[in-house]
Amino acid sequence: MIFTIAARELRSLFLSPLAWAILAVTLFILAYLFLTQIETFIGLQPRLAAIKGAPGVADIIVAPLLADAAVVLLLITPLITMRTISEERRNRTISLLFSAPVSMTEIVIGKYLGILSFFIILLALLALMPLSLLAGTDLDLGKLAAGMLGLTLVVAAFSAIGLYMSSLTEQPTVAAVTTFGLLLLLWIIDWAGTTEATGSSMLAQLSMLRHYEPLLKGLFNSTDVAYYLLIILLFTGFTIRRMDASRLQH
Amino acid sequence: MSRQALVQVKHLTRYYSQTCAVNDVSFDLAKGEVLGFLGPNGAGKSSTMQMITGNLAPGAGQVNIAGIDLLEQPKQAKREIGYLPEQPPLYRELTVDEFLRYCAQLNRIPRSHISSAMAIAKERTGLGDVGRRLIGNLSKGYQQRVGIAQAIIHSPAVVILDEPTVGLDPLQIREIRALICELGKEHGIILSTHILPEVQATCTRVQIINRGQLVFSDTTAGLESRMNATALIAGFHSAPDLAALQQLSGVERVEPLPGNRVRLHYDDSNPAEALVEQSVAQRWRLHELTPQCRTLEQIFIELTCSEEQHSHSGDSSQ
Repeated sequence: MIFTIAARELRSLFLSPLAWAILAVTLFILAYLFLTQIETFIGLQPRLAAIKGAPGVADIIVAPLLADAAVVLLLITPLITMRTISEERRNRTISLLFSAPVSMTEIVIGKYLGILSFFIILLALLALMPLSLLAGTDLDLGKLAAGMLGLTLVVAAFSAIGLYMSSLTEQPTVAAVTTFGLLLLLWIIDWAGTTEATGSSMLAQLSMLRHYEPLLKGLFNSTDVAYYLLIILLFTGFTIRRMDASRLQH
Repeated sequence: MSRQALVQVKHLTRYYSQTCAVNDVSFDLAKGEVLGFLGPNGAGKSSTMQMITGNLAPGAGQVNIAGIDLLEQPKQAKREIGYLPEQPPLYRELTVDEFLRYCAQLNRIPRSHISSAMAIAKERTGLGDVGRRLIGNLSKGYQQRVGIAQAIIHSPAVVILDEPTVGLDPLQIREIRALICELGKEHGIILSTHILPEVQATCTRVQIINRGQLVFSDTTAGLESRMNATALIAGFHSAPDLAALQQLSGVERVEPLPGNRVRLHYDDSNPAEALVEQSVAQRWRLHELTPQCRTLEQIFIELTCSEEQHSHSGDSSQ
């Protein structure tokens, strides 16, 4: 049942030009970033050859690419998630789901997986860029895998937050703006109080960026993974509660 | 449960903040019944239907669908419900076939039965040749049919239709009414409308709801007996004395009308025969004799407007 809803969600995304436009623009920008990183690497190559244990392509091309990709995804996630629930509310199609023998949890998880599958497709296309380097050079696949895992977790967390925001309002644009605000805040929250040890360490724990950076370096920390899983659980849980409550009040 | 009620609604109550939308509504629906739900705008028709279908949580009360408590076992109960809201819940970007397939899957029809269920639903609603068209490109009437097809695809025990004929042309209305009558043979149907002749044409039972309360509940036959004539209008060329008319057996009250016409109110026995005999005998030259029926409209207005004065109108059409 969850997969039926997820498949419908994904299908509707691809039936609108929005998803195609987002895929095209995102991949174009990321491809451009990828090429600039390659250029940087080629410029550095003679000097790197002299150093023993110098950083490889994974550090110089893949890590910056994935770091930039996270920022680009921060900008586009709200556009994909904004319509999931708010538009169904607005068009009153949500009553189709409400009067079907489906639980609220199934509805929310189905919708979440639908959005997530869109991003998985995007990330798979993105992963092809670093993988193409295998044709001409050695690539640290472990580091690439850690980085891709990190980016997937980041996007999964973004989507959960976007889904929740979409359940709060009937206006897709409001959902997009609030999602973007919250994502950006969580991204930069550790900028505050960098001098104070106590405050900054707590804020750093909340920051999405701080938990992403170790994975880009190839460092797999279970706390980082747990952080993203917690965000996903928290916000899908919120969404389920919110949808249940929407039947109560008016 | 001996009566095998498909829907049992007990003491359903719902408030929107301070406004009481539905107040202690109870009724049953048996198999083979088509229940017409009548009421002015904002009377609580849609709210009641939303609560029966699980789209809205009731403030108090109980809903049983085919003996299953909707609030305790929503999944099992909702299998037996097909619901067409006021605004049909259609995904405009899908084709009719894709949409109906999705609905069939949502309603947990086994994979092997989906195609046949779709074919039956499409055939019943006359959607045979638009299966591959986008819902967004269909006319309003066809969209309404897709909405109905969606509600009956899993052949639920109860079909709930909220104003199913709104915005359709007269021909389509007739088709939809015929469809409802046909569906009524196998399913229990609850139908809301504010088109009064529709109720007489399709329903076996009528309920009138006003200000969140049931003010009338009877079979259509019972309603018709209420509507039976209780007055005659008679026109004469040479008008008799009003007192002479009052003498006729059964006449309660004589009301003079302009143009040598009178209205005769009676209760049990119809004075028409006596009137004609007297007219011939006394040369009143009777030229018009019309039984005056109360229409459903009059009953409706009597029931819904009598309380109108002492409270302001509560808007709760949600």
